[in-house]
Amino acid sequence: MSVDRKTVAKIASLARIEMDGDALDRMVPEFNNILAWVEQLGEVDTSGVEPMTAVIPQALRLRDDVVDADPLTGGGIRDKVLANAPAPEHGFFGVPKVIE
Amino acid sequence: MTQLTDLGVKAIRDGVAAGEFSAREVAEAFNANVAAAKDLNAFIVATPEKALEAAAKVDADRAAGEPLASMAGVPIGMKDLFATKGVQTTAASHILDHFIPEYESAVSQKLWDAGAGMLGKLNMDQFAMGSSNETSFYGNVISPWRRKDGGNAPLAPGGSSGGSSTAVSARLCPAATGTDTGGSIRQPAAFTGICGIKPTYGRCSRWGIVAFASSLDQAGPMARSVEDCAIMLGAMAGFDPKDSTSLDMPVPDWAGALNADLRGKRVGIPREYRMDGMDAEIAASWDQGVAWLKDAGAEVVDISLPHTKYALPAYYIVAPAEASSNLARYDGVRYGLREMPERANLQEMYAATRAAGFGDEVKRRILIGTYVLSAGFYDAYYTQAMKVRTLIQRDFAAAFERCDVILAPTAPSAAFALGEKSDDPIAMYLNDVFAVPASLAGLPAMSVPAGLNSEGLPLGLQIIGKTFDEQGVLDAGLAIEQRAGFAARPERWW
Repeated sequence: MSVDRKTVAKIASLARIEMDGDALDRMVPEFNNILAWVEQLGEVDTSGVEPMTAVIPQALRLRDDVVDADPLTGGGIRDKVLANAPAPEHGFFGVPKVIE
Repeated sequence: MTQLTDLGVKAIRDGVAAGEFSAREVAEAFNANVAAAKDLNAFIVATPEKALEAAAKVDADRAAGEPLASMAGVPIGMKDLFATKGVQTTAASHILDHFIPEYESAVSQKLWDAGAGMLGKLNMDQFAMGSSNETSFYGNVISPWRRKDGGNAPLAPGGSSGGSSTAVSARLCPAATGTDTGGSIRQPAAFTGICGIKPTYGRCSRWGIVAFASSLDQAGPMARSVEDCAIMLGAMAGFDPKDSTSLDMPVPDWAGALNADLRGKRVGIPREYRMDGMDAEIAASWDQGVAWLKDAGAEVVDISLPHTKYALPAYYIVAPAEASSNLARYDGVRYGLREMPERANLQEMYAATRAAGFGDEVKRRILIGTYVLSAGFYDAYYTQAMKVRTLIQRDFAAAFERCDVILAPTAPSAAFALGEKSDDPIAMYLNDVFAVPASLAGLPAMSVPAGLNSEGLPLGLQIIGKTFDEQGVLDAGLAIEQRAGFAARPERWW
């Protein structure tokens, strides 16, 4: 199945990647080449086959149900969390205004 | 006297422990090689002070009679996919500009705890997406190898761990970390005449590794000998509660148990890997590998992996799907680049940031991944690919009823020239045709150098093992290494 420019533009919008006309013109044929190539998977008879859910079967562990069970991934580290933010404000992540 | 920079992991560690030279002398020698090799573009950031700091600790511990750990005194290169506290970590992408992690990845922390020091952060394909190191925001890495035709065409070091392969091959470091999602340790190792092993999925913690495709990503060592890989893998592996897919099992003493005697072992040769139009020199090196393993005492058996040809297309659905989800986090809000056009709203800021921050290959994969996960197409693409993944894993399970390890080429060709495949994504993807099946099945696999082709470029052989059987892979790798006697090295031009 081949997709048109409008579809690629829609996908780019879903993926939140701005693409101008030139970028879309370049992407459409590349996108279709890759799709045409992966479509050979349709040849494989997968009736009765379960999709893989875990490459190495193992039970999912639960961490202890306590605050800061692991200090590396626990709370109380606001300044570290914000240290790389491009526009932190008053201890929060700053973003463009979202309410008029 | 031997140059310190010609020594590998074991020789450095043992030499430091025996007092033949100090860890500081080793760090200084490698720091000098890194500084003199800017033309190779293997490092994004050099951290000579980190290497010296770790060396000083090792020298002080030795002087005080403290026990030395398994990598004590060994300076290494760190792929820029590993978060390193206080040192820029970018995954070679513009979108992570100036990102200075506040924490250390689990694997790098283990290496520092084992006494290793950091020479710097290694260049790579952007977000580990590529097979030639041509997608880095920081420019191409140049392989230290050249064809012996006198043309001096710059060659690809392989990818995505191309900075790692170049740095180890050019003696800028005795070993380096790599990560392998669909061949990113093995293919660059093959292209540059070094060893590299991807362990069983879950052996090395993914915590603090910039995520590409989480069900496939695995860290592993790249070094110039099988034994060095075994030592370093031992330092990198181990259970980590912070990674939900980390294997909760003991780490064997792989290096201590190395044994190249393969009597009683069966080596499977997958007939589907002998593809139409296979490069004659690759086929010949594969045949040579079979002969070496027979000489080591192994029995050779013909096996079949019927779904081999579907592994790559399945991979190019699964990996982009996971990438599109993982890379959603780069939004210009929490870290890295922010592009803020005049009067842009929040959505426009996201889209402008991601347009400016991601390279073309990354965008391609995010778009493909978004498409195959979108409503109406999910079952046809993603679910079908995950079913094929089940079939590929079953193929391996059936084959391992009949053999202990599998021998195959690592890549379908020797290193190609930079620019040769960069305009054709699918031609580039095909470079990982022999590497991807083991990735989809989560199996341990390694590349060891087999020899040089008629152009004077290295060729690698790949050993694929059963789940959890890194030992079997390393043992067969050692048997090949001993017989190949690979001593070629790139002649210095940089």
